[in-house]
Amino acid sequence: MGIFDIFLLEAVINGLLLGGVLALLSLGLNLVFGVIDVVWICYAELIMLGMYGMYFLYTVYHAPIVVAGAVCIVCVGILGLALHALVIAPLLGAAPINQLLATGGVLFFLQSAATVLFGIEFKNLGLRLPVLKVAGMFVSYSRLLAFGAALIAMVLVYLLLTRTYTGAAIRAIAQDRQIMPLMGVDTRRIYLITSGLGGALAGLAACLLVLQYDVHPFVGLTFGPITFLICVLGSLGNFGGGFVAAFVFAEIISVGGLYLDLEWGYVFAFAFFIVMMFVRPEGLMARRS
Amino acid sequence: MLELKAVRAGYGTFQALFDVSLEVHRGEAVGVIGPNGAGKTTLMRVVSGLIRPTDGTLVMEGVDLAATPAHRIVELGVAHVPESRRLFPRMTVEDNLRMGGFVPAARPKFRRQLEVVYELFPRMRERRHQLAGSMSGGEQQMCAIGRALMSEPKLLLLDEPSAGLAPVLVEQVFELVNRIRASGLTVLIVEQNVQQVLRVVDRAYLLKTGRIHTAGRAAELLASDSIREAYLGV
Repeated sequence: MGIFDIFLLEAVINGLLLGGVLALLSLGLNLVFGVIDVVWICYAELIMLGMYGMYFLYTVYHAPIVVAGAVCIVCVGILGLALHALVIAPLLGAAPINQLLATGGVLFFLQSAATVLFGIEFKNLGLRLPVLKVAGMFVSYSRLLAFGAALIAMVLVYLLLTRTYTGAAIRAIAQDRQIMPLMGVDTRRIYLITSGLGGALAGLAACLLVLQYDVHPFVGLTFGPITFLICVLGSLGNFGGGFVAAFVFAEIISVGGLYLDLEWGYVFAFAFFIVMMFVRPEGLMARRS
Repeated sequence: MLELKAVRAGYGTFQALFDVSLEVHRGEAVGVIGPNGAGKTTLMRVVSGLIRPTDGTLVMEGVDLAATPAHRIVELGVAHVPESRRLFPRMTVEDNLRMGGFVPAARPKFRRQLEVVYELFPRMRERRHQLAGSMSGGEQQMCAIGRALMSEPKLLLLDEPSAGLAPVLVEQVFELVNRIRASGLTVLIVEQNVQQVLRVVDRAYLLKTGRIHTAGRAAELLASDSIREAYLGV
């Protein structure tokens, strides 16, 4: 195996690891969109708050990392509930553009509030996880951990969706919301559960991302756009489509970044997205209706 | 069992039902017939709570339906098979049936009730892992009725069960209504297929532009000149 092949393999593996985290990111957004038909523009800002939560709990208050993570997941889940109850629920009957603008307003509110409260300095956990060296390739432990946790979380969500009555209702509501009362389903309750779940997934993403990235008030801009593009590419609301699109994007970023620069990987990924919007505007996994 | 008195309902400023009064007794099959746009579907939606009445009273076994949240009406024993079936197309037949048995009281009985539905529709057992949206219209109608039966209702509301089906399947649907009745269920059925529905129900109401125009025993309506002229074309 030539030296270049090893780099390529390493890039593919890192792409795979990145894909797992991106898939987790898009799952939360997709769930909320599929079920409530609302796009949480401020989704990545919930992740930003979660990352700050981790920073304060672990670095400032010295909570054990697992405890900090659990608290963070629960708290961001509650934030998701609050976002639904306070902002989305009153606007459910409003025009989609108004709902979009409202969550956009929440985005700027959270960014500004974070700037005021936490300052604009970059902060991190000060935690250095080892880098594994396997067959001449370097794979960071934090990425492996993130990948594993994301995969476990997605399996749990899958089991929830396919094995429980609440999960069946979540899938059903995404297909025909008007007749849900005929099934005896209280749609408001399912909306709240979904929002809490979407928030909790953002919280978990925060725990995993804070292991690799510094947190600052605008960190949402790093993850937000790519999360949306993945959801759109996989057809908004289609959980399986988002999953596949996440890995496609991650490989483009990782392998594309190998030949030039990491930043170029993102350029390729977004260029790919624009081209796909012409070729398949309904998304990769569009359903024939 | 079900009693509507002077019910008014509509969509926004459009009023679809004007002072509709109607009764369904336990064990009966009652039909509501009438032309397109007469308010038949609205009537069904008012009973199952999808639309709230603006006036009048709606009582099911002593419980005021107008004051019951829509998602609690199923628990009172009312199951609605909506117009054009409205299955969850990207869920399997069995998952659709599971949704029909969503209410807490139905969950422990899921397996048993599933058997009841599969006995009634052996075809659904064969197709249980198939996506509901990929089945034929007739099969989807079976699945929709099966879904409604999963909650073990006392009153079954059927909205245009024969719509969009081939003539041979229409026969089957009405034959099915007879079998469902025989199992002791009370049925309220809305149909455009006047002649055939009048052969399976005990009584029927003729709804015209949101008002009850005529009511009577099915046999009498079948024989009445005005119905014959207007709907049977003879």
